[in-house]
Amino acid sequence: MSVRPIIIEHIVRIASQQKKTLAPLTDDLPLLESGLDSLCIAVLVASLDDSLGVDPFDQDGDISFPVTIGDFIALYEHATA
Amino acid sequence: MRPPDGPTLRDLTAAASLSPGRFAADADGRFAIAELAAAGTLAAPPDAYRGRTVLISCERQLPAVQALLQLDGVARRILLCPPDLSPEHIPAVMQEAEVDAIVSDGTGPAAQAVGGTPVAAIGPDKPGHDGLRHQSDTEWLLFTSGTTGRPKIVVHTLASLTGPLDDGLVVAKDAVWATFYDIRRYGGLQILLRALLGGGSMVLSQAREPVADFLARARQAGVTHISGTPSHWRRALMTPAARMFSPRYVRLSGEVADQAILNQLAAAFPGAEIAHAFASTEAGVAFDVRDGLAGFPASLIGSPGAKADLKVVDGSLRIRSARTASRYLGDAHRLADADGFVDTGDMLELRGDRYFFAGRREGIVNVGGQKVHPEEVEAVINQHQAVRMSRVHGRNSRITGAIVVADVVLRPGAGPLETIRDDILAACRQALPPHKVPATLKEVAGLEMTDSGKLVRRGA
Repeated sequence: MSVRPIIIEHIVRIASQQKKTLAPLTDDLPLLESGLDSLCIAVLVASLDDSLGVDPFDQDGDISFPVTIGDFIALYEHATA
Repeated sequence: MRPPDGPTLRDLTAAASLSPGRFAADADGRFAIAELAAAGTLAAPPDAYRGRTVLISCERQLPAVQALLQLDGVARRILLCPPDLSPEHIPAVMQEAEVDAIVSDGTGPAAQAVGGTPVAAIGPDKPGHDGLRHQSDTEWLLFTSGTTGRPKIVVHTLASLTGPLDDGLVVAKDAVWATFYDIRRYGGLQILLRALLGGGSMVLSQAREPVADFLARARQAGVTHISGTPSHWRRALMTPAARMFSPRYVRLSGEVADQAILNQLAAAFPGAEIAHAFASTEAGVAFDVRDGLAGFPASLIGSPGAKADLKVVDGSLRIRSARTASRYLGDAHRLADADGFVDTGDMLELRGDRYFFAGRREGIVNVGGQKVHPEEVEAVINQHQAVRMSRVHGRNSRITGAIVVADVVLRPGAGPLETIRDDILAACRQALPPHKVPATLKEVAGLEMTDSGKLVRRGA
């Protein structure tokens, strides 16, 4: 199963909890223009870790920080592949 | 030989009263206070301990009480060894304190110590050792309640442990005290000394005794005054035994007392005065609060004529009083600053005309540069009617350094966490800025407590 719908669902839920207005979520939308601030993204990563069992940010070595929503999803698709 | 400077514990206990109704009891024994010092576990007459540094190592508390009565004013130093002290620390502790005698019933950390520790009852006379030269008050050595590494040893005397207080607690002579604490720790020792010097009796807890059993024993013994940490009390309120108990005075100390636990205790014990006190092993008891509200009036800070001088520097509470310990043993680290103030490391927040404890300086969770004290978040979560207790800690995050997460213990019958998670988080969002709201809530069956009755915060 693709992780994409799970990630989108988490983004929508966290934005609503943190009272953030989301821009339309397209793959080329820069993450930091989505309406999520860095606290939301930190919460999102922890919450995805709990439901998917992976945290692609918690790997040894440098990872390139995802710039867009598409990059972010790709990171998880890669980590769960 | 000159007698010690002040009256001894035995003198003060006798001066309070030797009425036959006074007693001290634990799960295995009961003594009239007047008889207490006549028995015990000393291997030789008390005079053999004169001028010596005596380590007291017993699993039970009652033999330690007897040894205190027998040795204060006799020994140079008494080292009170809590039963949970790791035996591996014993050799270093003995060296640091210059222990040359051990009082033990064959149990406790010294009896379990391995690695060549001498467990001889009384050591040989050292060259130059002359007990008769002992000319000052016995030093009472207590361990700090630090949870990592070897705890520091703090030096008190009977005078500093019983110095004057503004705590307004008028204790009737018939008071029967109990404490969840161990009397080998500062919080428990305070209760023991109140019982002994105030003319009352004392019911002691036992290591590994279930809370329900202790409460049942306390009720049967007619306990009127009882003390513990908020964690002790949260656990106690989970047992049906608490409902059959009606103390006159309930005291909290050792951890931040939040509004939820104060309200719950007031509801559970409608006839009791509920007080929460601030004390630390180093600074001593500073004050207590009896208005049923969390925090304390800002007017206590810098209040002239008070028994304890309080001030706030860089956000933390500083205390100077006659109850302050004199020093750490064998440690160049100063216990107090040049003006005699002890930095408690407890952070305060002023809201309106009241100060609230925000948590320990070292327990702060740093969320993207913004500080979060676990205790202030726990205070909000604990207000929820479905929650019995909670522990908030940091979870590493590559995005913000850390985020706040919480473990919660629900009340029986509260239903699954899934049905109330949103409700708890909504309450957090209403009361706290976003970075303090837990990112996740996890239900746990229980939360671990240290032997000193505080929530285990390791990994926090």
